[in-house]
Amino acid sequence: MKKTVTLLDPAILKTAVLESLIKLDPRRQFKNPVMFVTLIGTILCAVELFRPQHDLGYILQVTLWLLFTVLFANFAESMAEGRGKAQADSLRHSRQKISARKKVANGDLTTVDAAQLRKNDVIVVGAGELIAGDGEVVNGAATVDESAITGESAPVIREAGGDRSAVTGGTRVLSDEITVRITADPGEGFLDRMISLVEGARRQKTPNEIALTILLSALTLIFLVVIITLKFFGVYGSVAFSTVTLVALLVCLIPTTIGGLLSAIGIAGMDRLLQRNVLAMSGRAVEAAGDVDVILLDKTGTITLGNRQAAEFIPARGVDMQELAAASQLASLADETPEGRSIVVLAKQFGLRGMDMGDLQGAVFIPFSAQTRMSGADISGRQYRKGSAPAISDFIGGRIPNDVQAAVDRISRSGGTPLVVAANSKAMGVIYLKDVIKQGLVERFARLRAMGIRSVMITGDNPLTAAAIAKEAGLDDFLAEAKPEDKLALIRKEQQGGRLVAMIGDGTNDAPALAQADVGVAMNTGTQAAKEAGNMVDLDSNPTKLLEIIEIGKQLLITRGSLTTFSIANDVAKYFAIIPAMLVGVFPAIAPLNIMQLHSPQSAILSAVIFNAIIIILLIPLALRGVKFVPMGASLILRRNLLIYGFGGIIAPFLGIKLIDLVVTALGLA
Amino acid sequence: MRGHDWLQLMLFVGTLLLVTKPLGLYLQQVITPNGKTFLDRIIGPLERLTYRCCGIDPLREQGRREYGISLLAFSLIGLAFTFACLRWQSHLPLNPQGLPDLTTDLAFNTAVSFLTNTNWQSYGGESTMSYFSQMVALASHNFTSAAAGIAVAATLIRGLSRASSQTLGNFWTDLVRVTYYVLLPICVVYALFLVGQGIPQNFKPYDTAQLVQAQMVTGTDNKSQELKEQSIVQGPIASQIAIKMLGTNGGGYANANAAHPYENPTPLSNFFQMLSIFAIPAALTYTFGRMVRNQKHGWTVWAAMFTLFIAGVLVCWRAESAGNPIHQHLGVAISDGNMEGKETRFGIFNSALFATVTTDASCGAVNAMHDSFTPLGGLIPLFNMQTGEVIFGGVGAGLYGMLIYVILAVFIAGLMVGRTPEYLGKKIESFDVKMCVMILTVLAICILGLTAWAGVSKWGLAGLNNQGPHGFSEILYAYSSCVGNNGSAFAGLTANTPWYNYTLSLAMLVGRFFMIALILAMAGNLGAKKILPSSAGTLQVHGITFTILIVGSVVLIGALTFVPVLVLGPVVEHFLMTAGKLF
Repeated sequence: MKKTVTLLDPAILKTAVLESLIKLDPRRQFKNPVMFVTLIGTILCAVELFRPQHDLGYILQVTLWLLFTVLFANFAESMAEGRGKAQADSLRHSRQKISARKKVANGDLTTVDAAQLRKNDVIVVGAGELIAGDGEVVNGAATVDESAITGESAPVIREAGGDRSAVTGGTRVLSDEITVRITADPGEGFLDRMISLVEGARRQKTPNEIALTILLSALTLIFLVVIITLKFFGVYGSVAFSTVTLVALLVCLIPTTIGGLLSAIGIAGMDRLLQRNVLAMSGRAVEAAGDVDVILLDKTGTITLGNRQAAEFIPARGVDMQELAAASQLASLADETPEGRSIVVLAKQFGLRGMDMGDLQGAVFIPFSAQTRMSGADISGRQYRKGSAPAISDFIGGRIPNDVQAAVDRISRSGGTPLVVAANSKAMGVIYLKDVIKQGLVERFARLRAMGIRSVMITGDNPLTAAAIAKEAGLDDFLAEAKPEDKLALIRKEQQGGRLVAMIGDGTNDAPALAQADVGVAMNTGTQAAKEAGNMVDLDSNPTKLLEIIEIGKQLLITRGSLTTFSIANDVAKYFAIIPAMLVGVFPAIAPLNIMQLHSPQSAILSAVIFNAIIIILLIPLALRGVKFVPMGASLILRRNLLIYGFGGIIAPFLGIKLIDLVVTALGLA
Repeated sequence: MRGHDWLQLMLFVGTLLLVTKPLGLYLQQVITPNGKTFLDRIIGPLERLTYRCCGIDPLREQGRREYGISLLAFSLIGLAFTFACLRWQSHLPLNPQGLPDLTTDLAFNTAVSFLTNTNWQSYGGESTMSYFSQMVALASHNFTSAAAGIAVAATLIRGLSRASSQTLGNFWTDLVRVTYYVLLPICVVYALFLVGQGIPQNFKPYDTAQLVQAQMVTGTDNKSQELKEQSIVQGPIASQIAIKMLGTNGGGYANANAAHPYENPTPLSNFFQMLSIFAIPAALTYTFGRMVRNQKHGWTVWAAMFTLFIAGVLVCWRAESAGNPIHQHLGVAISDGNMEGKETRFGIFNSALFATVTTDASCGAVNAMHDSFTPLGGLIPLFNMQTGEVIFGGVGAGLYGMLIYVILAVFIAGLMVGRTPEYLGKKIESFDVKMCVMILTVLAICILGLTAWAGVSKWGLAGLNNQGPHGFSEILYAYSSCVGNNGSAFAGLTANTPWYNYTLSLAMLVGRFFMIALILAMAGNLGAKKILPSSAGTLQVHGITFTILIVGSVVLIGALTFVPVLVLGPVVEHFLMTAGKLF
């Protein structure tokens, strides 16, 4: 189930329009100094309407457009909230009206509503039933359909103990029965927490947002002083500036564009994460994602497919390829591991007929054991074995031939796993088992590097193997033979050097590292401990999701910075529109300053105010979607955004105001 | 805009460029408590003696609070001392002219003015100040206020270059070392050079010369009298001029300041005076780059300052060359440009360049009357001061002022590249942004608020000699100059009244000490932060893009505030002049 919400969803639009009116409440506006000043200005203009005036139409229009400015800002925020809620609702919907069989004190089961479940309640879920809440499997194992959350149709196994014990509310058990201990009170699950972040009740400003708000408030204060003192300068110069004109200039100068869109941008960042099935526990975490310098990735499952595959047979001297392939096939017939099967598949390419264990009468299969460290079969008196070089060396009771040993060494050096195949006491050759790198990873790591982010692979392999895989996948660094505590130490080391670290993990032993990392993404399939320790949960349990999270974090900051630049740059044109309009009545000589050739002072001021309001609406899609993010170095991104939003921010309002002035004049509005 | 003027401009720019690096390297050694200079042998013993006499441990570092308290205590004592010297000047030695005591308000204004490195002068130097007042009361501040400015810049540099540090250096050490190793030695050589150019250095009473032609003048009491002789100023002038320029102080020995032949006799002295205004501020960008281990960034700051400087020079020079259309209409001075209020030995170009330089920096010395500039020519000094004198700027003050804009630019641009903004490895967080915008806000409120008050109050209007937009520019100029600690004036304003003296003092004190307090707070905060390693994802703070960004930040954040007043003053006046109306 892919949850996408179109920009113009009618239901969201309708709610947003209503919400934007409710948000006119000055107590709410007070939190946003820029829009609060705009609202006060609107009220001052509205008061002017009740005085005897000869240009009532003009004042009315300015007042209305000032009101629209505030409403548009409210609308942007409501839209972002609405989209977030729609996103979350579709997730939440699945878990409503579920009943659960709860275990009571004497061990009996009673049926209760999901809403009545509390933390540490124990429920039993059978085949075909929905799991009533987030929890941990304490008994049994079952296949679970998590498609409602992840969109992945293949069922997954959830079992007590180990790293696959967490279950999510709203998912369905397909087979067997499990006992689940509920781990969150209703309303406090991950999803609920995320929803509250989007809805604004618990939304807190992030550090960057606070700093930006300080900047915007200061600019507002400065322009307030500019406008108030302008009134006095008017007295000195015998120019009577009307309240409406002064308020119009004030509202145009203060950064209403970014001020109006700031919270929408923040919420929209959360929305985009939700769209990608990531739950963030705080806005701060999303912001931190943009700052990440180092990411830690587990090798298995993240960088490579879970298992190695046979890639090549290397026959010993005097043994032909056909013979080696046949021996390898026989030695692997009983091996049901993916590695074993890949050997059989490779052998088939050498024209060998597919064989089954049943085909061979009287064969004795020797499974892999920890003692012998090899597996194979005894067929018609011949003993076929495959295993690690030392194990086979013991088996054949002597030294492995030099050429075979050379092949073994070469494979080890290049990061592969060599398996030596023997028939009776003769080493037949080597099977090259290779880690398979997931597709598309090399490009992704290159993109990360362009952004200045180092990717580090964590693996239990020996350094040789690790180096080879890291090289092939295009990683910057690796941590080989890693124990869980090494992960934590590595994160601490990087942080000491001033770097921000992101990691993704699922196991209980990942929990300390997840908690230590600046951005810790827990997989939804992971343990409860891991989920509690991280600050994000990936519902899809897709380890490469980290890259998308980082991009969303960056995009969030870029959008804020770009719109701030745009907003400030806009002031140049607004001055050119309004200042000549204010003064030309008293000093006709300054007419050349009206470089846009606006029709009249009133049309000029009105056009600037209209532009100022409309630009908010026009930028809502940008605020919600985020500025396009192309992974590249900071210098290039800066040059690009400075050109578009800085230079563009100076030019755009000249065109926009002129255009609106033409329309306003044509319609006879001023 | 003639060929040899361009040649002079290139010569000036070229020399400035040459001075930047060696002086910057030298300054770095000076602001390092145990730095090595080639003057150690000569000055070292004196330096150590000073520490011993004052009980200073030169290597003991101070935190931001202690540093600030030391600076304020030192300033307060200096203020009281200078006030007393001026207020009771007639009881003190070296007063061959028998000049009387200053009034309380003038003495206070002047003491504040020199303390804050402003050197606003509500008085005429030669008719007010005894030699003792000039040499002891005023000149001492010329040295120490310059040294204090450099010291504060040094704390901000240290804050940015140190990791996880709780201290910012030692104020007393900085003060002593900058004065002993930089200001005094250069001034000795410089003053000798100026004497060579013809500037007096003596303790003689003023000379009297017989006028070739007697003149009738009308005094303030409306009585006419015939003047047959002229009094010619004497005294220890050369030594004053050297530090007045080098320390970007700007307070003239004589009322005419650097336009007076005894303060600035030749084109060569003029050239070196302009150069000495910019020398230390320009060099500090190099010191800065060196100490934060990012020399490219130092040069980028230099380049941004340079860009704004050149733009200002070109506009001012062009406006003055174009001259006054009304004169041209009448057929006078067609080819000369606007020579009103300018010295013929400097001409249009050197007057325009000097005016730009002196207001880019917080010097305030003038070699032409800014009040007589064309409206657009006079707009440039106003703009330079209102943006905070950050175009090279005052000694020290220019750098820390510019870094406010740089930090704000980094903050916005840093977001634009998708990271929490970092500047030289320091995260720029809400506290730093708060300090920067508080400085900008309070300075803007101060300039605009006081100008507004003067513009509508009877005390303010009483000082006006011109009406309309030009009178407005005069008031605006006075407060811009004082808040910016520049000290130059649109001389049309009669500012020696208690009301102006006290409001201008307030402007100077806020412009200096409020800003320093916040800069120290920010320096301490930055110093305590870790230095983060940079990567391809970090905002690069050098190169053309970043230069444009700094310039944009100064113009958009700094100047937008003053667009309405600049329009009401110079711009309206310009258009009215074009239409044939003068004020």
